[in-house]
Amino acid sequence: MATETPLAGLHRALGAKFVDFAGVSLPVHFADGILREHLHVRRAAGLFDVSHMGQVAVRGGEVAAALESLSPADFAGLAAGRQRYALFTNDAGGIEDDFMAVNAGGHFYLVVNAARKEHDLAHMRGRIGGGCDIQYLAGRALLALQGPQSAAALAQLAESPAESPERLTFLSAGEFTLGGARCFVSRSGYCGEDGFEISLRAEDAEQFARRLLEDSRVRPAGLGARDSLRIEAGLCLYGSDMDAATNPVEAGLGFAVAKARRPGGARSGGFPGAAVIFDALARGAERARVGLLPAGRAPVRGGAELVDADGATAGVVTSGTFGASAGGPVAMGYVRAGLQAPGTALGAVVRGRTLPVTVAALPFTAHRYHRTTTN
Amino acid sequence: MSETRFTSDHEWARKENGTAVVGITDYAQEQLGELVFVELPAVGDAVTKGGEAAVVESVKAAGEVKSPLSGTVTEVNTALADDPGAVNSDAAGAGWIYKMQLSAPQEFDSLLDADAYNALVAAAG
Repeated sequence: MATETPLAGLHRALGAKFVDFAGVSLPVHFADGILREHLHVRRAAGLFDVSHMGQVAVRGGEVAAALESLSPADFAGLAAGRQRYALFTNDAGGIEDDFMAVNAGGHFYLVVNAARKEHDLAHMRGRIGGGCDIQYLAGRALLALQGPQSAAALAQLAESPAESPERLTFLSAGEFTLGGARCFVSRSGYCGEDGFEISLRAEDAEQFARRLLEDSRVRPAGLGARDSLRIEAGLCLYGSDMDAATNPVEAGLGFAVAKARRPGGARSGGFPGAAVIFDALARGAERARVGLLPAGRAPVRGGAELVDADGATAGVVTSGTFGASAGGPVAMGYVRAGLQAPGTALGAVVRGRTLPVTVAALPFTAHRYHRTTTN
Repeated sequence: MSETRFTSDHEWARKENGTAVVGITDYAQEQLGELVFVELPAVGDAVTKGGEAAVVESVKAAGEVKSPLSGTVTEVNTALADDPGAVNSDAAGAGWIYKMQLSAPQEFDSLLDADAYNALVAAAG
């Protein structure tokens, strides 16, 4: 029996169609449907309920060092109020999960994948639980407001311009009172657009969501649009585009191996699988994650085999859908080394037929994050 | 005189003399969501009752269209290549998928009539 999120009642009132995802019943789409929801996010702002994600607070005297023992990210160098994308790696150099981490001052605030939260909690408690307190933030909802009008819509709920999340830049976070609710807000998301992720008490979530939806720029959006938006944005989904057997280098996530943690860095290594990952960084991976653009109108979905011009196996599609902004099917997958150059012609086997696809640069839709203008 | 009948897999067939028009039901299109692609059979294809004849794909999933009847495809709705959404907006009309010459017209009698199909959909919630 799937659990519900604090917004289940509101979703029903908004005409949601539900799907079970990682044991949680969530809207796959609302009355608008996936295509319109997708396009509305790119054009204005979409409100997603992502309360199924795992929210975790990690506390302790040496919390940054403890997290660095599990992940190749630079947590020691993460300033208070800043957020970072990170990976938990394993001894084989594979990815146990990907997550977002904020240095929240006194602690680190993590958002981990719904399907991996039990695993991640056990992993952290087992490895760093001696020196750190790992607190699962049950009783908190998580909403994502995504799209170019997000900042203006969210600012309307702020008590003053000085106290508005509009002042945040991409990958920064802070506490704000919005519509009367205390919220922990980061300027981040999973659509390739400007946007915010808002953590708040479950009991405050529905009223907060209703206030946002009163703004005509904001429409509810479901998991269907979230998936097609993130594929267009070239962003990985754990369990589809990477897993415990995927090296970060082949996944194109080498940026999550911080300079300080690489060979010659200030705190080189010291995370699971460092030697394997360093080897891949130095020698290149045997396969590479690439964008795939099908030539026709037929969607090419995860699981489809990729073949080269000779019909030999070239790799596999890991995610694919119809990209409403791209105006056609878009996909990503892994190809063997040597085939990753954009423009490489391949075939994808769909229902027994080989459809032409072309290797394409990711993302399909340019990212439009609200970055700082100075570096 | 034409009559429309249904399958428990949510296809419809409208029979006229020895031919039939085939599509998916309004309930089926609603379950799938907005269609982005329809894979049509080829004119001349032999189809059998219950066998896969076409594929309808929404953003989230692909669904197979099983032929409600046996026979030969005589015409396909090529307009769906550019406008698969016609199946969503008018599943029983402009969203038809193919026409066929029937090889076993008596199969039509085994399909569900409108009352039986509506009862099945109502039971599905």
